[in-house]
Amino acid sequence: MAKRSPPQLSANVDKQRLLAHYRNMCRVRAFEETALEALEEGLVPGPLHPSIGQEAVASGVCANLASDDILLSTHRGHGHTLVKGASPLAMMRELLGREGGCCGGKGGSMHIADFSVGMLGANGVVGANILIATGAAHAIKLKGESRVAVCIFGDGAINRGPFLEGLNWAKIFALPVLFFCEDNQFSATTRSCAVSAGPGPSARAQSFGIPSVTVNGNDVLEVDAVVRDTLATVRAGRGPCFIHALTYRLAGHTATDPAGYRDSDEVAERWQQDPIALAAAMLVDAGMAPSELEDMNTEAGHAMRAVLDQARASPWPEDRHTHTHVQDTHGQGLQGSD
Amino acid sequence: MPISTYLEAGKAALAEEMRRDHTVWALGEDLGRGGVFGQYAGLADLFGAERIVDAPISEAAIMGTAVGAAMMGTRPVVEMRFSDFALCAIDELVNQAAKARYMFGGQTRVPLVAREPVGMWRSSAAQHSQSLESWYTHIPGLVVVMPSTPADNKGLLKTAIRSDDPVVYMEHKDLWGLQGEVPEGEHLVAFGSARVVRAGTDVSIISWSKTVHTASEAAAALAGQGIDAEVIDLRTLWPWDEETVSASVRKTGRLLVAHEAVGVSGFGAEIVAAICQQHFDSLRANRLFAASGGLRTGDRRPYRGGGQATDV
Repeated sequence: MAKRSPPQLSANVDKQRLLAHYRNMCRVRAFEETALEALEEGLVPGPLHPSIGQEAVASGVCANLASDDILLSTHRGHGHTLVKGASPLAMMRELLGREGGCCGGKGGSMHIADFSVGMLGANGVVGANILIATGAAHAIKLKGESRVAVCIFGDGAINRGPFLEGLNWAKIFALPVLFFCEDNQFSATTRSCAVSAGPGPSARAQSFGIPSVTVNGNDVLEVDAVVRDTLATVRAGRGPCFIHALTYRLAGHTATDPAGYRDSDEVAERWQQDPIALAAAMLVDAGMAPSELEDMNTEAGHAMRAVLDQARASPWPEDRHTHTHVQDTHGQGLQGSD
Repeated sequence: MPISTYLEAGKAALAEEMRRDHTVWALGEDLGRGGVFGQYAGLADLFGAERIVDAPISEAAIMGTAVGAAMMGTRPVVEMRFSDFALCAIDELVNQAAKARYMFGGQTRVPLVAREPVGMWRSSAAQHSQSLESWYTHIPGLVVVMPSTPADNKGLLKTAIRSDDPVVYMEHKDLWGLQGEVPEGEHLVAFGSARVVRAGTDVSIISWSKTVHTASEAAAALAGQGIDAEVIDLRTLWPWDEETVSASVRKTGRLLVAHEAVGVSGFGAEIVAAICQQHFDSLRANRLFAASGGLRTGDRRPYRGGGQATDV
């Protein structure tokens, strides 16, 4: 992505929409920064995969979904889950493994999910969510429902078999699913361009006859507009669509990855494209006071620190839950449903 | 009671459940033309192409989409054609279907049935002959079913389709044509309830799937030598009916487990271990017989394996 000046806002409607996105993105950033502090403090037992720098995707995609629309996410899915409508407190409790976590403390960061808002799970296996989203869309079509399924996956996933199998399946059955490739340039700690043949994710989707567009994944209004238009096509029953969003992972693969495989100049340059700063600049251009924006950001930080305080004060799950939710069938070492 | 084949009994079970519950559907390769063995013949005419779905040769997608569709409140019956091919869908079954209920803290269930035909049949060679049931018993969250009779293929498949947890349902390819009495209408066989095929007092022979019939032949031959063998068909390997097996071993003092699968890390070893732990003092002898030994299955007569009654 070349460095660019902020686009002009055309109307007041855009300004209000952008402000909502700005708030979403501040909340996602604040949630993850707070979670990283909690990790430093030893409060998070499992790994964390931060999405810092990719917040425009979370807001631009998920703000366009109704609560009964279905979302499948990745191991880097805090932002997607939060904007889809999950409670930040339930999410933070989940990261800390506490009672009241959205998965009862059994999933942690990599399996964060809130089925009550249509968020059917982050996934620890790259690309596995593509088939689950496709199957959810198949069920939606089978039942004659009007909602849609959206699958967000990374650029690393396009080299897995389920990508090929899922796109083919969705196209032949004309399913209501949007495939969204959140291209942060890295497959774990390897540059994706070094291990991916051909002209990229969109070309692969187009080879199945699936329409695809590439967007600047750091420009939340561009993501928002393209997702809105594309979802209209998917909702109209015209089969699956594909969006390829170019963004950049400003943090390491995990919270403990120093990302020494790229130089600091590259990262500093990418910070100039920070989606939150970009949105703020557009809002200032449109007449917002910088202090007002800073207040919103500060408020998001306070809110998430309050969430962390509440989460850390929450009890651990009862011991018996180690053995619940395995299966109904009683047998050696297994207990029934709960 | 009407006579039916093992294959027709399975088909009747699926048709009855599809009539009973409109959320039940089936997906797999060639299903519109009856499936590779004819287990689905005529069902597309009855229920339409939307509920008897012709899938591409994409095992991961067949299983993976079934996981998503099951989370959305449908009950997919997944056809894997040969259990050997289900190895292309292991992530979808093991990491996704089996774990979703647990790792999402009970927010969801995955009520799918994965039909995976097993076993040696018509010299089909190394990639179309395996019995991999023990792999799945190792995975918490999966139910493992291996019917040996037409009646059980109906009763167990109906129970499997109604299960809210994922089920690996392994029919034996060499049993498709087996005939037997099959109850009409509502016939359900509970998971974890073994069947005493033949009562006896001298030795307990524990088996499942096709090997139950081999064991029964062996028991008949032993009877001619004055040995009274008890034959037990486990029907389901997870959960397995430890109570019935224990009661039998307490009575006979001798345990023999016979299965077609490879012996090393086979489910027979699990049974021997469990019974030895619980009833070591009442055991006079135990033996494990695995028809495939430690070998792969070849397509020429000397390599064909399968196990005869005399081996047992």
